[in-house]
Amino acid sequence: MLKILQNIDRRWVFLSMLLAVAIPVLAKTVFPVNISPQTMMVFNAIEDLPEGSRILLSYDFDPASQGELLPMAQAFTRHCSIKGHKQYYMALWPLGPPMVDLSIDTIESEYPNLVYGEDYMKFDYKTGGEAVIRMITQDLRGMFELDSKGVSLDEIPMTKNIKNIQDMDLIINVSAGDPGTKQWVQFAATPFGITTVSGCTGVQAPQMYPYIPEQLAGVLGAIKAAAEYEAAIDEVYPSIASNPKAQEAKRRMGPQLVAHSLMIGLIILGNIIFFVSRKRGLA
Amino acid sequence: MKRTVPLIIAIIAGFVLLIANFIPYAEGWGLKAQEWFNILAVGAMILGGGNLVKLHLIKISGQRKGWGYSAVTIGCFVGTLIFGLFKIGVHPNEIYPNVGWSGYYLEGGSGLWWIYQHMIVPLTSMMFAMLAFYVATAAFRAFRAKNTEATLLLVTAGVVLLGQTYAGVWLFEGWLPESMQWLRFDHLTEWVMNIPNTGGTRAITIGIALGVVATSLRILLGVDRSYLGQD
Repeated sequence: MLKILQNIDRRWVFLSMLLAVAIPVLAKTVFPVNISPQTMMVFNAIEDLPEGSRILLSYDFDPASQGELLPMAQAFTRHCSIKGHKQYYMALWPLGPPMVDLSIDTIESEYPNLVYGEDYMKFDYKTGGEAVIRMITQDLRGMFELDSKGVSLDEIPMTKNIKNIQDMDLIINVSAGDPGTKQWVQFAATPFGITTVSGCTGVQAPQMYPYIPEQLAGVLGAIKAAAEYEAAIDEVYPSIASNPKAQEAKRRMGPQLVAHSLMIGLIILGNIIFFVSRKRGLA
Repeated sequence: MKRTVPLIIAIIAGFVLLIANFIPYAEGWGLKAQEWFNILAVGAMILGGGNLVKLHLIKISGQRKGWGYSAVTIGCFVGTLIFGLFKIGVHPNEIYPNVGWSGYYLEGGSGLWWIYQHMIVPLTSMMFAMLAFYVATAAFRAFRAKNTEATLLLVTAGVVLLGQTYAGVWLFEGWLPESMQWLRFDHLTEWVMNIPNTGGTRAITIGIALGVVATSLRILLGVDRSYLGQD
């Protein structure tokens, strides 16, 4: 038995992981969600702003992280839309603008009363990463003369009076790496005191915690926090709770639970094999 | 000359940005330097693209091992460049209907949109999803409690893994007294993230920042010239 386990083909491990992810996805298993204080900090940062506040949403991720970050990005969009905040979208990653387009699609399909240019707008992608942040903290038009549709910022009602992003009430950054939350903290939140919240990947989250609460008003780390955020929104806004598209992160917690449990099982099994082998002088 | 001019440019740019950060009068210099940075970033992108083509063409012409992959790389690069630069399939912008190439480069249904939607999205998502399989097999084969440090890491990883799911709550539901609720894996995960992780990360971040200051000073004063290369 020990020999069989020691020489187990790794394709069995791959197959078990495939089943661990596929079964909950196909069964559409949804588990209860407990909202953590960290998530409530992010929720309150948006919720406590008065209607019509200006929020800059920077989507600094690409399709590789879409599975982990898009649900929270969409939750940010729904929360800002239902609260009636002015939403300014941008992206520091070359493949970020299509991610923004998905949020714009959500606004257009779920909040048809919101008007482009009055309630939400989108800046186009500009190369430069942190240099873009540095520039727009001083001079927005120095970097973006036009919006993504080619309209001058002076002709757009929600941008004509904006000089730079110091005029924003909140920055929401959805980040998968560099440039991302770290750069927003270094070049916008810290020097100019602009309230900033972040939604980031699980790998990035531990690096963001030291910035709380002075430089970051809150962090959503990975899909678990996104599910908690969805739950927090659902509690306050029942209209969003009844929207199946707004429950994406909660749905993804099912595969996460089974996959993580499988990982624990594999670690335990691997260690049992290791210790038994060592005891028998085989390791 | 080949090293002196870049050295002087680097020193001037560095000092301009440094001064602009601390002296309000010089703020405009910083903005100007950043505009230059953006222009140079575009130049660097062209240089990078040229370098990529050159390296892969050398590989193809020499029929070196794996040259077929290089051919695919060049084909994809050139194809994407043509679709993107010439905005193939993009309609003119509604505001400027008579101006060619004025439309949004990723307009739905355009060539670049097709490449993005049907190649980039599935390929990059697939690469990321593959990690789950490799992590699973690595957990089975390599994550061993060989010594105290490894055991500590293993236990913490186990707690955080379960604490990131509903299992971290469910395992303790119904039997753990109220006074012991802090033992729940989701609470322990929060503690790990907020206390040891934050403390450790802060220490590392401050250490890195001091290192960056020291290295920056060496570059600004011309002591460290390694970034100029060997020639």
